[in-house]
Amino acid sequence: MLSEDAGSDVQDAQHENRVYAPASMTLTAGRDKSGRPEAADVVFRSGEITALLGPTGSGKSRFLSDIESLACGDTPTGRTLLLDGRAPDADERFGLQGRLVAQLTQNMNFVLDMNARDFVLAHAMSREVTDPEAAARRVLDAANALAGEPFGPGAQLTQLSGGQSRALMIADTALLSWSPVLLIDEIENAGVDKRRALDLLLASDKIIVIATHDPVLALSADRRLVFEHGAVRSVQTRTGSEEAILARLEHMETEMSRVRAMLRAGKALG
Amino acid sequence: MRLITVAGPPSCGKTSVVAKACGVLQESGQPCAVVKFDCLQSRDGDLYRAAGVPVSVAFSGGLCPDHFFATNLEEAFAWGVESGAQVGLIETAGLCNRCSPHIRGALAVCVIDNLMGIDAPEKIGPMLRMADIVIVTKGDLVSQAEREVYRYRIRQMNKRAVIRHVNGLTGQGCAELAAIMARAPDIDSVTDMKLRFSMPAAVCSYCLSETRIGGRYQKGNVKKAKFAGGVHAE
Repeated sequence: MLSEDAGSDVQDAQHENRVYAPASMTLTAGRDKSGRPEAADVVFRSGEITALLGPTGSGKSRFLSDIESLACGDTPTGRTLLLDGRAPDADERFGLQGRLVAQLTQNMNFVLDMNARDFVLAHAMSREVTDPEAAARRVLDAANALAGEPFGPGAQLTQLSGGQSRALMIADTALLSWSPVLLIDEIENAGVDKRRALDLLLASDKIIVIATHDPVLALSADRRLVFEHGAVRSVQTRTGSEEAILARLEHMETEMSRVRAMLRAGKALG
Repeated sequence: MRLITVAGPPSCGKTSVVAKACGVLQESGQPCAVVKFDCLQSRDGDLYRAAGVPVSVAFSGGLCPDHFFATNLEEAFAWGVESGAQVGLIETAGLCNRCSPHIRGALAVCVIDNLMGIDAPEKIGPMLRMADIVIVTKGDLVSQAEREVYRYRIRQMNKRAVIRHVNGLTGQGCAELAAIMARAPDIDSVTDMKLRFSMPAAVCSYCLSETRIGGRYQKGNVKKAKFAGGVHAE
Protein backbone atom coordinates (compact mmCIF):
# COMPACT_ATOMS: atom_id res chain seq x y z
CA MET A 1 0.00 0.00 0.00
CA LEU A 2 1.34 3.39 -0.96
CA SER A 3 0.41 5.17 2.24
CA GLU A 4 2.07 8.27 3.61
CA ASP A 5 4.72 6.32 5.46
CA ALA A 6 5.34 3.37 3.16
CA GLY A 7 8.97 2.31 3.52
CA SER A 8 9.36 1.09 -0.04
CA ASP A 9 8.51 4.53 -1.42
CA VAL A 10 11.17 6.18 0.65
CA GLN A 11 13.69 3.63 -0.57
CA ASP A 12 12.54 4.18 -4.09
CA ALA A 13 13.12 7.91 -3.72
CA GLN A 14 16.56 7.51 -2.18
CA HIS A 15 17.81 4.93 -4.64
CA GLU A 16 16.57 6.43 -7.83
CA ASN A 17 20.02 7.59 -8.86
CA ARG A 18 21.37 4.08 -8.59
CA VAL A 19 19.89 2.15 -11.46
CA TYR A 20 20.70 -1.51 -11.70
CA ALA A 21 22.93 -1.94 -14.76
CA PRO A 22 22.69 -5.46 -16.18
CA ALA A 23 25.78 -6.91 -17.85
CA SER A 24 23.53 -8.65 -20.33
CA MET A 25 20.00 -8.20 -21.55
CA THR A 26 17.99 -10.77 -23.50
CA LEU A 27 14.88 -10.30 -25.58
CA THR A 28 13.34 -13.72 -25.94
CA ALA A 29 12.01 -14.94 -29.27
CA GLY A 30 8.46 -13.75 -29.95
CA ARG A 31 6.05 -14.03 -32.86
CA ASP A 32 5.86 -12.27 -36.21
CA LYS A 33 2.74 -10.50 -37.50
CA SER A 34 1.18 -13.82 -38.54
CA GLY A 35 1.90 -15.45 -35.19
CA ARG A 36 4.79 -17.57 -36.46
CA PRO A 37 7.57 -17.99 -33.90
CA GLU A 38 10.77 -15.96 -34.14
CA ALA A 39 13.91 -18.04 -34.66
CA ALA A 40 15.98 -17.19 -31.59
CA ASP A 41 16.48 -14.99 -28.52
CA VAL A 42 18.62 -11.87 -28.93
CA VAL A 43 21.28 -11.25 -26.27
CA PHE A 44 22.77 -7.76 -25.76
CA ARG A 45 25.96 -6.92 -23.85
CA SER A 46 27.22 -3.57 -22.60
CA GLY A 47 29.70 -1.75 -24.83
CA GLU A 48 28.21 -3.45 -27.87
CA ILE A 49 26.34 -1.81 -30.75
CA THR A 50 23.45 -3.56 -32.47
CA ALA A 51 21.97 -2.06 -35.64
CA LEU A 52 18.34 -2.70 -36.56
CA LEU A 53 17.63 -2.84 -40.28
CA GLY A 54 14.54 -3.37 -42.36
CA PRO A 55 11.85 -1.41 -44.17
CA THR A 56 9.33 0.78 -42.35
CA GLY A 57 6.70 -1.39 -40.68
CA SER A 58 8.99 -4.42 -40.47
CA GLY A 59 9.00 -4.39 -36.66
CA LYS A 60 12.03 -2.29 -35.60
CA SER A 61 10.02 0.15 -33.48
CA ARG A 62 8.05 -2.66 -31.87
CA PHE A 63 11.35 -4.31 -30.98
CA LEU A 64 12.65 -1.09 -29.37
CA SER A 65 9.38 -0.64 -27.56
CA ASP A 66 9.56 -4.21 -26.18
CA ILE A 67 12.90 -3.28 -24.65
CA GLU A 68 11.73 0.08 -23.33
CA SER A 69 8.60 -1.28 -21.70
CA LEU A 70 10.44 -4.29 -20.21
CA ALA A 71 8.09 -6.63 -22.05
CA CYS A 72 6.99 -9.69 -20.08
CA GLY A 73 5.00 -11.58 -22.69
CA ASP A 74 2.34 -8.86 -22.52
CA THR A 75 3.05 -7.07 -25.82
CA PRO A 76 1.78 -8.03 -29.31
CA THR A 77 5.05 -9.83 -30.07
CA GLY A 78 4.95 -11.99 -26.94
CA ARG A 79 8.63 -11.26 -26.23
CA THR A 80 10.04 -11.15 -22.69
CA LEU A 81 12.96 -9.00 -21.55
CA LEU A 82 15.44 -10.77 -19.29
CA LEU A 83 18.09 -8.88 -17.32
CA ASP A 84 21.15 -10.99 -16.61
CA GLY A 85 19.11 -13.98 -17.74
CA ARG A 86 16.26 -13.39 -15.33
CA ALA A 87 12.80 -11.85 -15.79
CA PRO A 88 12.38 -8.92 -13.37
CA ASP A 89 9.44 -9.35 -10.95
CA ALA A 90 6.55 -6.89 -10.97
CA ASP A 91 8.13 -4.51 -8.44
CA GLU A 92 11.51 -4.46 -10.16
CA ARG A 93 9.82 -3.99 -13.49
CA PHE A 94 7.87 -1.02 -12.22
CA GLY A 95 10.90 0.41 -10.45
CA LEU A 96 13.01 0.27 -13.60
CA GLN A 97 10.35 1.63 -15.92
CA GLY A 98 11.53 4.78 -17.63
CA ARG A 99 15.01 4.45 -16.14
CA LEU A 100 16.60 1.38 -17.69
CA VAL A 101 16.45 2.89 -21.14
CA ALA A 102 17.45 6.29 -22.52
CA GLN A 103 16.28 7.20 -25.98
CA LEU A 104 17.69 9.53 -28.59
CA THR A 105 15.00 10.01 -31.19
CA GLN A 106 15.01 12.31 -34.18
CA ASN A 107 13.17 15.63 -34.35
CA MET A 108 13.55 16.65 -30.76
CA ASN A 109 14.02 20.13 -29.44
CA PHE A 110 14.53 21.50 -25.98
CA VAL A 111 11.57 23.24 -24.35
CA LEU A 112 12.89 24.24 -20.92
CA ASP A 113 13.45 27.91 -20.17
CA MET A 114 17.08 27.64 -19.05
CA ASN A 115 20.48 28.38 -20.52
CA ALA A 116 22.75 25.53 -21.59
CA ARG A 117 25.12 25.75 -18.63
CA ASP A 118 22.42 25.96 -15.93
CA PHE A 119 20.61 23.08 -17.55
CA VAL A 120 23.61 20.75 -17.76
CA LEU A 121 24.65 21.80 -14.25
CA ALA A 122 21.18 20.94 -12.94
CA HIS A 123 21.41 17.59 -14.70
CA ALA A 124 24.84 16.91 -13.21
CA MET A 125 23.52 17.80 -9.75
CA SER A 126 20.52 15.53 -10.24
CA ARG A 127 22.98 12.71 -10.97
CA GLU A 128 24.84 13.53 -7.75
CA VAL A 129 28.22 13.64 -9.52
CA THR A 130 31.10 14.74 -7.31
CA ASP A 131 32.05 17.86 -9.27
CA PRO A 132 28.95 19.11 -11.13
CA GLU A 133 30.72 22.22 -12.47
CA ALA A 134 33.47 20.17 -14.10
CA ALA A 135 30.96 17.62 -15.41
CA ALA A 136 28.88 20.42 -16.95
CA ARG A 137 31.98 21.83 -18.66
CA ARG A 138 32.82 18.40 -20.09
CA VAL A 139 29.30 18.02 -21.52
CA LEU A 140 29.33 21.50 -23.09
CA ASP A 141 32.79 20.92 -24.57
CA ALA A 142 31.75 17.56 -25.99
CA ALA A 143 28.57 19.07 -27.44
CA ASN A 144 30.54 21.87 -29.07
CA ALA A 145 32.93 19.36 -30.58
CA LEU A 146 29.95 17.67 -32.26
CA ALA A 147 27.96 20.71 -33.30
CA GLY A 148 28.84 22.51 -36.51
CA GLU A 149 28.52 26.00 -35.04
CA PRO A 150 29.68 26.24 -31.42
CA PHE A 151 27.44 27.78 -28.74
CA GLY A 152 28.30 29.41 -25.43
CA PRO A 153 27.26 28.32 -21.94
CA GLY A 154 24.82 31.24 -21.73
CA ALA A 155 22.87 30.22 -24.85
CA GLN A 156 19.19 29.56 -24.11
CA LEU A 157 18.24 25.94 -24.78
CA THR A 158 15.27 26.99 -26.88
CA GLN A 159 17.50 29.17 -29.08
CA LEU A 160 19.84 26.33 -30.08
CA SER A 161 19.63 25.10 -33.66
CA GLY A 162 18.44 21.57 -34.38
CA GLY A 163 22.01 20.33 -34.77
CA GLN A 164 23.20 22.10 -31.62
CA SER A 165 20.27 20.70 -29.61
CA ARG A 166 21.03 17.20 -30.79
CA ALA A 167 24.74 17.64 -30.09
CA LEU A 168 23.95 18.74 -26.54
CA MET A 169 21.52 15.84 -26.07
CA ILE A 170 24.06 13.31 -27.32
CA ALA A 171 26.88 14.71 -25.17
CA ASP A 172 24.62 14.85 -22.15
CA THR A 173 23.33 11.32 -22.68
CA ALA A 174 26.85 9.97 -23.14
CA LEU A 175 28.40 11.71 -20.15
CA LEU A 176 25.58 12.15 -17.65
CA SER A 177 22.65 9.85 -18.34
CA TRP A 178 22.21 7.04 -15.86
CA SER A 179 20.38 4.58 -18.10
CA PRO A 180 22.44 1.49 -18.98
CA VAL A 181 20.57 0.92 -22.25
CA LEU A 182 20.53 3.46 -25.05
CA LEU A 183 18.17 3.30 -28.02
CA ILE A 184 19.01 5.56 -30.94
CA ASP A 185 16.71 6.30 -33.82
CA GLU A 186 18.41 7.38 -37.04
CA ILE A 187 21.33 9.36 -35.62
CA GLU A 188 22.39 10.06 -39.23
CA ASN A 189 19.62 12.65 -39.44
CA ALA A 190 20.81 14.59 -36.40
CA GLY A 191 22.87 17.13 -38.28
CA VAL A 192 25.96 16.24 -36.24
CA ASP A 193 29.16 14.33 -36.92
CA LYS A 194 27.65 10.85 -36.56
CA ARG A 195 31.00 9.06 -36.17
CA ARG A 196 32.13 11.29 -33.31
CA ALA A 197 28.66 11.08 -31.78
CA LEU A 198 28.81 7.31 -31.85
CA ASP A 199 32.36 7.20 -30.45
CA LEU A 200 31.27 9.46 -27.59
CA LEU A 201 28.24 7.31 -26.83
CA LEU A 202 30.26 4.09 -27.06
CA ALA A 203 32.81 5.31 -24.53
CA SER A 204 30.01 5.29 -21.96
CA ASP A 205 29.85 1.48 -22.02
CA LYS A 206 26.12 1.11 -22.47
CA ILE A 207 24.09 -1.43 -24.38
CA ILE A 208 23.44 0.49 -27.60
CA VAL A 209 20.72 -0.32 -30.12
CA ILE A 210 20.45 1.78 -33.27
CA ALA A 211 17.67 1.78 -35.83
CA THR A 212 19.33 3.08 -38.96
CA HIS A 213 19.18 3.27 -42.73
CA ASP A 214 22.78 4.48 -42.98
CA PRO A 215 25.09 1.89 -44.54
CA VAL A 216 28.20 3.09 -42.72
CA LEU A 217 26.52 2.99 -39.33
CA ALA A 218 24.95 -0.37 -40.11
CA LEU A 219 28.29 -1.87 -41.20
CA SER A 220 30.20 -0.41 -38.25
CA ALA A 221 27.83 -1.98 -35.70
CA ASP A 222 28.98 -5.16 -33.99
CA ARG A 223 26.04 -6.99 -35.55
CA ARG A 224 22.92 -6.35 -37.56
CA LEU A 225 19.39 -7.58 -36.90
CA VAL A 226 17.35 -7.67 -40.10
CA PHE A 227 13.58 -7.37 -39.64
CA GLU A 228 10.78 -8.71 -41.77
CA HIS A 229 7.04 -9.02 -41.12
CA GLY A 230 7.36 -8.01 -37.46
CA ALA A 231 10.17 -10.33 -36.44
CA VAL A 232 13.95 -10.70 -36.57
CA ARG A 233 14.66 -12.59 -39.78
CA SER A 234 18.44 -12.85 -39.51
CA VAL A 235 21.39 -11.82 -37.37
CA GLN A 236 24.49 -10.83 -39.30
CA THR A 237 28.03 -9.86 -38.42
CA ARG A 238 30.53 -8.12 -40.67
CA THR A 239 32.26 -10.41 -43.16
CA GLY A 240 35.75 -9.95 -44.58
CA SER A 241 34.48 -8.55 -47.85
CA GLU A 242 32.17 -6.19 -45.93
CA GLU A 243 35.22 -4.86 -44.05
CA ALA A 244 36.59 -3.69 -47.39
CA ILE A 245 33.24 -2.17 -48.36
CA LEU A 246 33.04 -0.35 -45.03
CA ALA A 247 36.54 1.04 -45.48
CA ARG A 248 35.63 2.27 -48.97
CA LEU A 249 32.37 3.88 -47.76
CA GLU A 250 34.17 5.57 -44.88
CA HIS A 251 36.73 6.92 -47.30
CA MET A 252 33.92 8.28 -49.49
CA GLU A 253 32.31 9.92 -46.46
CA THR A 254 35.58 11.55 -45.47
CA GLU A 255 35.90 12.89 -48.97
CA MET A 256 32.30 14.18 -48.88
CA SER A 257 32.97 15.93 -45.55
CA ARG A 258 36.17 17.47 -46.86
CA VAL A 259 34.47 18.88 -49.94
CA ARG A 260 31.49 20.03 -47.88
CA ALA A 261 33.76 21.89 -45.47
CA MET A 262 35.61 23.56 -48.32
CA LEU A 263 32.38 24.62 -50.02
CA ARG A 264 31.05 25.99 -46.73
CA ALA A 265 34.21 28.00 -46.26
CA GLY A 266 34.03 29.35 -49.80
CA LYS A 267 37.33 27.75 -50.81
CA ALA A 268 38.21 26.77 -54.37
CA LEU A 269 38.05 23.04 -55.03
CA GLY A 270 40.95 23.24 -57.47
CA MET B 1 -14.53 2.05 -2.36
CA ARG B 2 -10.84 2.71 -3.04
CA LEU B 3 -10.43 6.48 -3.10
CA ILE B 4 -7.95 8.43 -5.22
CA THR B 5 -7.57 12.17 -5.62
CA VAL B 6 -6.01 13.39 -8.87
CA ALA B 7 -4.84 16.98 -9.27
CA GLY B 8 -2.69 18.88 -11.74
CA PRO B 9 -2.50 22.09 -13.74
CA PRO B 10 -4.88 22.61 -16.67
CA SER B 11 -4.15 20.71 -19.90
CA CYS B 12 -1.38 18.56 -18.43
CA GLY B 13 -3.16 15.36 -19.44
CA LYS B 14 -4.96 14.32 -16.24
CA THR B 15 -8.12 13.17 -17.97
CA SER B 16 -6.30 11.17 -20.68
CA VAL B 17 -4.13 9.42 -18.13
CA VAL B 18 -6.97 8.71 -15.67
CA ALA B 19 -9.36 7.55 -18.39
CA LYS B 20 -6.78 5.11 -19.79
CA ALA B 21 -5.83 3.79 -16.35
CA CYS B 22 -9.54 3.36 -15.53
CA GLY B 23 -9.94 1.45 -18.78
CA VAL B 24 -7.25 -1.01 -17.64
CA LEU B 25 -8.91 -1.38 -14.22
CA GLN B 26 -12.35 -1.96 -15.73
CA GLU B 27 -10.96 -4.59 -18.09
CA SER B 28 -9.61 -6.42 -15.06
CA GLY B 29 -13.09 -6.41 -13.53
CA GLN B 30 -12.76 -3.41 -11.20
CA PRO B 31 -15.44 -0.83 -12.04
CA CYS B 32 -14.38 2.82 -11.70
CA ALA B 33 -16.23 6.11 -11.34
CA VAL B 34 -14.85 9.63 -11.69
CA VAL B 35 -16.06 12.89 -10.20
CA LYS B 36 -14.58 15.87 -12.01
CA PHE B 37 -14.50 19.17 -10.12
CA ASP B 38 -13.97 22.11 -12.41
CA CYS B 39 -14.42 25.87 -12.29
CA LEU B 40 -16.28 27.19 -15.31
CA GLN B 41 -16.56 24.68 -18.13
CA SER B 42 -15.15 21.37 -19.26
CA ARG B 43 -15.56 18.73 -21.94
CA ASP B 44 -13.91 16.12 -19.75
CA GLY B 45 -17.24 14.43 -19.05
CA ASP B 46 -17.49 13.49 -22.72
CA LEU B 47 -13.93 12.17 -22.71
CA TYR B 48 -14.60 9.87 -19.76
CA ARG B 49 -17.92 8.69 -21.20
CA ALA B 50 -16.21 7.95 -24.50
CA ALA B 51 -13.76 5.77 -22.57
CA GLY B 52 -16.65 3.95 -20.91
CA VAL B 53 -15.98 5.41 -17.46
CA PRO B 54 -19.01 6.66 -15.44
CA VAL B 55 -18.46 10.34 -14.66
CA SER B 56 -20.11 13.22 -12.84
CA VAL B 57 -18.94 16.79 -13.45
CA ALA B 58 -19.41 19.61 -10.91
CA PHE B 59 -18.66 23.30 -11.56
CA SER B 60 -17.77 25.71 -8.77
CA GLY B 61 -18.79 28.73 -10.86
CA GLY B 62 -18.49 31.84 -8.70
CA LEU B 63 -17.25 29.99 -5.63
CA CYS B 64 -13.71 29.25 -4.48
CA PRO B 65 -13.07 25.90 -6.24
CA ASP B 66 -11.29 24.50 -3.19
CA HIS B 67 -14.14 25.25 -0.80
CA PHE B 68 -16.61 23.95 -3.36
CA PHE B 69 -14.62 20.72 -3.58
CA ALA B 70 -14.44 20.24 0.21
CA THR B 71 -18.11 21.00 0.79
CA ASN B 72 -19.17 18.47 -1.84
CA LEU B 73 -16.81 15.64 -1.02
CA GLU B 74 -19.22 13.50 0.99
CA GLU B 75 -21.82 13.67 -1.77
CA ALA B 76 -19.21 12.97 -4.43
CA PHE B 77 -18.03 9.90 -2.53
CA ALA B 78 -21.62 8.70 -2.04
CA TRP B 79 -22.27 9.07 -5.79
CA GLY B 80 -19.24 6.93 -6.55
CA VAL B 81 -20.36 4.21 -4.14
CA GLU B 82 -23.91 4.27 -5.54
CA SER B 83 -22.60 3.90 -9.07
CA GLY B 84 -21.12 0.57 -8.01
CA ALA B 85 -17.48 1.58 -8.38
CA GLN B 86 -14.73 -0.31 -6.62
CA VAL B 87 -12.30 2.50 -7.43
CA GLY B 88 -13.50 6.09 -7.12
CA LEU B 89 -11.44 8.95 -8.49
CA ILE B 90 -11.85 12.63 -7.79
CA GLU B 91 -10.19 14.75 -10.44
CA THR B 92 -9.80 18.47 -9.86
CA ALA B 93 -8.46 21.08 -12.27
CA GLY B 94 -5.63 21.71 -9.87
CA LEU B 95 -8.10 23.85 -7.93
CA CYS B 96 -6.44 27.28 -8.04
CA ASN B 97 -2.81 26.09 -7.51
CA ARG B 98 -2.99 27.46 -3.98
CA CYS B 99 -4.57 24.29 -2.59
CA SER B 100 -4.39 20.56 -2.74
CA PRO B 101 -7.42 18.26 -2.88
CA HIS B 102 -5.42 15.40 -1.35
CA ILE B 103 -6.86 13.66 1.69
CA ARG B 104 -4.97 11.89 4.45
CA GLY B 105 -5.49 8.16 4.08
CA ALA B 106 -6.58 8.25 0.42
CA LEU B 107 -4.18 7.78 -2.50
CA ALA B 108 -3.01 11.17 -3.80
CA VAL B 109 -1.91 11.55 -7.44
CA CYS B 110 -0.47 14.70 -9.01
CA VAL B 111 -0.14 14.97 -12.79
CA ILE B 112 2.33 17.44 -14.27
CA ASP B 113 3.73 17.71 -17.79
CA ASN B 114 7.25 18.06 -19.15
CA LEU B 115 6.41 21.13 -21.23
CA MET B 116 5.78 23.42 -18.28
CA GLY B 117 8.57 25.75 -17.17
CA ILE B 118 11.38 24.45 -15.02
CA ASP B 119 9.87 26.26 -12.01
CA ALA B 120 6.46 24.65 -12.41
CA PRO B 121 7.01 22.02 -9.70
CA GLU B 122 7.62 24.83 -7.24
CA LYS B 123 4.76 27.00 -8.48
CA ILE B 124 2.02 24.40 -8.24
CA GLY B 125 2.97 23.81 -4.63
CA PRO B 126 0.73 21.77 -2.33
CA MET B 127 -0.93 19.50 -4.89
CA LEU B 128 2.55 18.25 -5.87
CA ARG B 129 4.16 18.43 -2.44
CA MET B 130 1.35 16.45 -0.82
CA ALA B 131 1.08 13.74 -3.48
CA ASP B 132 1.97 10.03 -3.12
CA ILE B 133 2.38 9.54 -6.86
CA VAL B 134 3.61 12.14 -9.34
CA ILE B 135 2.77 11.29 -12.95
CA VAL B 136 4.78 13.19 -15.55
CA THR B 137 3.27 13.42 -19.04
CA LYS B 138 4.49 14.63 -22.45
CA GLY B 139 7.96 13.18 -21.84
CA ASP B 140 8.04 12.04 -25.47
CA LEU B 141 8.27 15.68 -26.54
CA VAL B 142 11.45 16.52 -24.64
CA SER B 143 14.98 15.17 -24.33
CA GLN B 144 16.10 12.51 -21.90
CA ALA B 145 18.15 15.12 -20.05
CA GLU B 146 15.18 17.46 -19.69
CA ARG B 147 13.11 14.63 -18.27
CA GLU B 148 15.83 13.95 -15.71
CA VAL B 149 16.29 17.61 -14.73
CA TYR B 150 12.55 18.04 -14.42
CA ARG B 151 12.31 14.90 -12.33
CA TYR B 152 15.05 16.29 -10.09
CA ARG B 153 13.06 19.49 -9.57
CA ILE B 154 9.97 17.45 -8.72
CA ARG B 155 12.03 15.41 -6.27
CA GLN B 156 13.24 18.60 -4.61
CA MET B 157 9.61 19.56 -3.95
CA ASN B 158 8.46 16.10 -2.87
CA LYS B 159 11.02 13.78 -1.30
CA ARG B 160 8.66 10.88 -0.88
CA ALA B 161 6.44 10.48 -3.91
CA VAL B 162 6.81 7.76 -6.52
CA ILE B 163 7.55 9.60 -9.79
CA ARG B 164 6.53 7.94 -13.05
CA HIS B 165 6.47 8.96 -16.70
CA VAL B 166 3.25 8.13 -18.51
CA ASN B 167 2.15 8.85 -22.07
CA GLY B 168 -1.48 9.95 -21.96
CA LEU B 169 -1.91 9.63 -25.72
CA THR B 170 -0.50 6.15 -26.31
CA GLY B 171 -1.33 4.94 -22.81
CA GLN B 172 2.23 3.77 -22.19
CA GLY B 173 2.66 3.47 -18.43
CA CYS B 174 -1.09 3.58 -17.71
CA ALA B 175 -1.19 -0.14 -16.89
CA GLU B 176 1.37 0.43 -14.15
CA LEU B 177 -0.59 3.41 -12.85
CA ALA B 178 -3.69 1.22 -12.81
CA ALA B 179 -1.78 -1.35 -10.75
CA ILE B 180 -1.01 1.34 -8.16
CA MET B 181 -4.58 2.62 -8.22
CA ALA B 182 -5.85 -0.89 -7.56
CA ARG B 183 -3.91 -0.77 -4.27
CA ALA B 184 -5.40 2.54 -3.06
CA PRO B 185 -6.86 2.43 0.46
CA ASP B 186 -10.38 1.04 0.70
CA ILE B 187 -12.52 3.62 2.46
CA ASP B 188 -16.03 3.36 3.96
CA SER B 189 -16.74 7.05 4.35
CA VAL B 190 -14.90 10.33 3.83
CA THR B 191 -16.68 11.94 6.80
CA ASP B 192 -14.12 12.91 9.46
CA MET B 193 -11.19 12.32 7.10
CA LYS B 194 -8.78 15.24 6.85
CA LEU B 195 -7.38 17.27 4.00
CA ARG B 196 -3.59 17.19 3.75
CA PHE B 197 -3.41 20.96 3.31
CA SER B 198 -5.59 23.76 4.61
CA MET B 199 -7.94 25.82 2.43
CA PRO B 200 -7.52 29.59 1.92
CA ALA B 201 -9.20 31.80 4.49
CA ALA B 202 -11.85 34.01 2.94
CA VAL B 203 -15.18 35.70 3.70
CA CYS B 204 -14.40 39.28 2.80
CA SER B 205 -16.64 41.78 1.00
CA TYR B 206 -15.39 40.48 -2.39
CA CYS B 207 -16.65 37.02 -1.47
CA LEU B 208 -20.07 38.63 -1.29
CA SER B 209 -19.85 39.99 -4.85
CA GLU B 210 -18.33 43.39 -4.09
CA THR B 211 -16.60 44.66 -7.26
CA ARG B 212 -15.53 48.19 -6.32
CA ILE B 213 -11.86 48.90 -5.48
CA GLY B 214 -10.96 50.80 -2.33
CA GLY B 215 -10.27 50.40 1.37
CA ARG B 216 -13.74 51.53 2.38
CA TYR B 217 -15.35 48.63 0.48
CA GLN B 218 -13.16 46.03 2.17
CA LYS B 219 -14.76 44.23 5.09
CA GLY B 220 -14.22 40.93 6.85
CA ASN B 221 -11.05 38.82 6.61
CA VAL B 222 -8.75 41.30 4.82
CA LYS B 223 -4.97 40.94 4.64
CA LYS B 224 -2.84 43.90 3.58
CA ALA B 225 0.51 43.30 1.87
CA LYS B 226 3.72 45.26 2.46
CA PHE B 227 5.37 46.78 -0.62
CA ALA B 228 9.01 47.65 -0.16
CA GLY B 229 9.78 51.36 -0.39
CA GLY B 230 6.22 52.31 -1.40
CA VAL B 231 4.15 54.99 0.30
CA HIS B 232 2.03 52.28 1.89
CA ALA B 233 5.03 50.46 3.38
CA GLU B 234 4.73 49.98 7.10
